[in-house]
Amino acid sequence: MSVATPAVEAASPPSRYGSMSRDRKWALRWSYFFLTLFAIFFLMPPIYMLITSVKTSAEISAASNPWWVYKPTLDNYIELLTQNQYLTFFRNSALVSICVVIITMLISVVAAFALARMKFWGSATLATGVFLTYLIPETLLFIPLFKMFAYVREWFDIELMNHWWTMIILYPTLTVPFCTWIMIGYFASIPKELDEAALIDGATWTQTLTKIFIPVALPGIIAATIFAFTVSWAQFLYPLAFTTSTDQLVLPVGIVTTLIKGDVFNWGQIMTGALLGAAPPLVIYAFLMDYYIAGLTAGATKG
Amino acid sequence: MAQVTLRKVVKRYDEVLAVRGIDLEIADKEFIVLVGPSGCGKSTTLRMIAGLEEISEGQIAIGGRVVNDVPPKDRDIAMVFQNYALYPHMNVYENMSFGLKLKGTAKSIIDTRVKQAAQILDITDLLERKPKQLSGGQRQRVAMGRAIVRDPKVFLFDEPLSNLDAKLRVQMRTEIKKVHQKVRTTTVYVTHDQVEAMTLADRVVVMSNGVIEQVGTPDELYHRPTTKFVAGFIGSPAMNFIPCKVERNGGALKVVLADNLAFDVPASRTGRYEGCVGKNAILLGLRPEHITETRQHMEVDQRPFDRTLDVTEPMGMETLVYFTIGATPICGRVAPNAGARDGQPMKLAADLANMHLIDDSTGKVI
Repeated sequence: MSVATPAVEAASPPSRYGSMSRDRKWALRWSYFFLTLFAIFFLMPPIYMLITSVKTSAEISAASNPWWVYKPTLDNYIELLTQNQYLTFFRNSALVSICVVIITMLISVVAAFALARMKFWGSATLATGVFLTYLIPETLLFIPLFKMFAYVREWFDIELMNHWWTMIILYPTLTVPFCTWIMIGYFASIPKELDEAALIDGATWTQTLTKIFIPVALPGIIAATIFAFTVSWAQFLYPLAFTTSTDQLVLPVGIVTTLIKGDVFNWGQIMTGALLGAAPPLVIYAFLMDYYIAGLTAGATKG
Repeated sequence: MAQVTLRKVVKRYDEVLAVRGIDLEIADKEFIVLVGPSGCGKSTTLRMIAGLEEISEGQIAIGGRVVNDVPPKDRDIAMVFQNYALYPHMNVYENMSFGLKLKGTAKSIIDTRVKQAAQILDITDLLERKPKQLSGGQRQRVAMGRAIVRDPKVFLFDEPLSNLDAKLRVQMRTEIKKVHQKVRTTTVYVTHDQVEAMTLADRVVVMSNGVIEQVGTPDELYHRPTTKFVAGFIGSPAMNFIPCKVERNGGALKVVLADNLAFDVPASRTGRYEGCVGKNAILLGLRPEHITETRQHMEVDQRPFDRTLDVTEPMGMETLVYFTIGATPICGRVAPNAGARDGQPMKLAADLANMHLIDDSTGKVI
């Protein structure tokens, strides 16, 4: 065998050394191919929205090339932004989302810290339980929620139906479990020695959370914040079910219910409204992504 | 005064006994090293002293005060962790001053203490840096600085050098010793590295399987181990344990090994080993440095013998030689110019003045 081995090696192709870079080149070609495909697929709808939003109604319904604008106009934008209705939807959505994000983060950061670090009896089961609640489809909760609202009206004489602020109570049922779960994972990745060092330094649990964990877990907190904001900004089913008056609607429902009159679809304005509605999450992503830097924990411990 | 006293301390995790009732007295200003293999309970013991683990049974006192139910922050201790545990979002100054700030110490005092500690550790230039901008050795210094500024009664070190490379480890070891000489604070230091233990400690505590095997100065542990475990654990390469029988040889004694080897026991040891005659399960313990090449003028208790070497390991200042007696692999230490070669026969000498006899059934050194 020992005699045969060099012969086998000699027979192998001499160009072995270049293979790494050749592999890489092909891998890159495939990556670019699929990334381009992916980009086209996902960018088509927003581009179509943009094109439609600068067309007149006549041009939209005309049988011309849908991907080309012959007579660009800003009428849709002007009309929508001068309408009080649309601005009300926008304000409602903004207030709901901001409040939901604040409530969600206040609850989930503290809950996650307790579940990840304080190691009390049943904490592991409770952590799984929190996540399981997220798995219940929201559509299943309409009827129980209607019932609960009826009880609240009966017992406390508080009407929860048809108010935009009811969403501030409802949305956290969707955002808190998931954000808590994200934060549990993030807190669990912080080395145990860090809170032990804080404990020896004389920090209380609250101080450990505020002075050590929150600054260290900032990337995780930002990720959770983005999630909570996106969920509450784009939520459609709950406001559709629980709000009816035009002044109480949030943006996604408002656009659909007010700009579709009977069987008349005001496509220009619908697209404009949706496009403007997509702007805040985009701005927030762009702004917070800069802070979304992993590796903030680098240097805390070895590695 | 900050002596640390452990009385019958037990740590139980559900069914598992991690620490089995240990007693230890640590004097004021003493540097104690807990050493032992992984899972021997040394870190658990340290964490119980720190207050990071609850004590299942027994009592721990620091400076005469029982601290069983005292939270870590009120025990007046400072701890240095293996992986440094620096706060990544704070710079070195903030890391070092964090504990004092929480205590509400005046800013001017904090500043003085941080600068003093920085000077001791030679990290004055690094005070503005974040942990991620520091090398491993610098991070470890900062971790020590964080402990020093608090001026605690007791320093606790949990394998602080394990994450450093070999060269830096030696350097930091000296550094820790220097710091202790300067601040003279009672120190409990945990390591699995016996060299670290021997070089740093006033007294070493060897632990195994949740119990203390032996407490003593490095010298005592090396030359007068009381158990087979300590004899084998302290010293590198480890002590050779060779199965043997003790037989009478006229008025004296001799140890009979495999391969028809027999060595006379020095006269000074005859009395001590009298009881071993004819007993089974006796091991002859000889450190590698007590198996050397034969010299022209041998000491009185050196006994020559011939062996064929299996492997030799030249280390520069010495050469380690490996051979067997019966089926037992043996390691010896010879001079680099003694002519030791792989597979070649060699005349060796065993220094019986430094022999140990071990009762293998009890694990005790006789």
